[in-house]
Amino acid sequence: MPPPERVIDTPEESNTVKIDVMRSVYDKNERLAAEFNAKLTGRRVFCVNVLGAPGAGKTTVLIRIVEALGASAFVIEGDIESDIDARKLKALGIPALQINTGGACHLDAPIVADAFLGAPSAGEAGRASGRAGDTGKVSADAGRDFSGGFLFIENIGNLVCPAEFMIGEHVKLLVCAVTDGSDKPYKYPLAFEKADIILLNKCDLLEYIDFDRDFFLNGVRKLNPSAPVVHVSGKTGAGIGEAVKWLRDRAQNIIGS
Amino acid sequence: MHEYSLTRNIIETAAEYAGGAKVRKITLVAGEASGVSGESVRLYFGIIAENTPCAGAEIEIESVRPMLRCKSCGTLFERKPFSFECPCGGEGEPTEIGREFYIKSVEVG
Repeated sequence: MPPPERVIDTPEESNTVKIDVMRSVYDKNERLAAEFNAKLTGRRVFCVNVLGAPGAGKTTVLIRIVEALGASAFVIEGDIESDIDARKLKALGIPALQINTGGACHLDAPIVADAFLGAPSAGEAGRASGRAGDTGKVSADAGRDFSGGFLFIENIGNLVCPAEFMIGEHVKLLVCAVTDGSDKPYKYPLAFEKADIILLNKCDLLEYIDFDRDFFLNGVRKLNPSAPVVHVSGKTGAGIGEAVKWLRDRAQNIIGS
Repeated sequence: MHEYSLTRNIIETAAEYAGGAKVRKITLVAGEASGVSGESVRLYFGIIAENTPCAGAEIEIESVRPMLRCKSCGTLFERKPFSFECPCGGEGEPTEIGREFYIKSVEVG
């Protein structure tokens, strides 16, 4: 990093010196995220940051997507605790790595890059809030050699903080379930605004619940005029093909076929 | 929750700018829609800054009201709950105003 540029104001009555900083607190994470993204692009890995509230069906939808993709895929599962999701994926033959944040509400670039590349940088700032879980051991052989495919990173179930932190992704995919309620774009605008594609999940339940689709879509459109909203069902597989087509097209544009 | 890692970054950046001197005061700018709780930053700061050049520094947080920009008349206005409507009747879209979270300055010495 270049040494900070010092702009020194007139000292006030005491002998302190005021230095203008004007630097985003997210600066460092964003720099590391950009570095990791460049590494992935170099290996022709298309990286998808999967966001959504707890219980929105992120893992189930991901399994459907990976099965329908017909391309090589690797999944990083982020959870506060447990390796339930990674075990579920591995049981289906999908290479997966679990990160447990031990309490932190989001994944950040250093923890993801370290876990995937299998090169923990001891003492690296920002890692203290996270640790690779037991299944993190698979990263050394699985992630490091992965190239030419899709890397899905399922973020911590949370509609707030994960939207703030880039983790090396090419696109953000937001899973929102009809059971979450149609007011979510109004209550958690940032996640909807930053999403590149929104999967409205559990649409097989629409006839049983009061979900105001117009209110939902109206909120989404005000925040995000361009992201497609795809109606899907992780349970039946409906709509997954459309999501997969979008992902393939986008990957083709960014990393080639 | 995510204030823990953000506060660590604040402390590291402030110490870097101080270049070995003691940090007396850190001024942050935090938009009300930045998702950052100032109280939480202060709480973590007291703990994480111990034994660093930032220990005991004052934290000042300038807050910024979030604004939408009207797609019809171009005016910046504050969003009402569950609405994106501009006082002119037009429709607002999000801006970066109210989203920011940065370190404005540090006082050292």
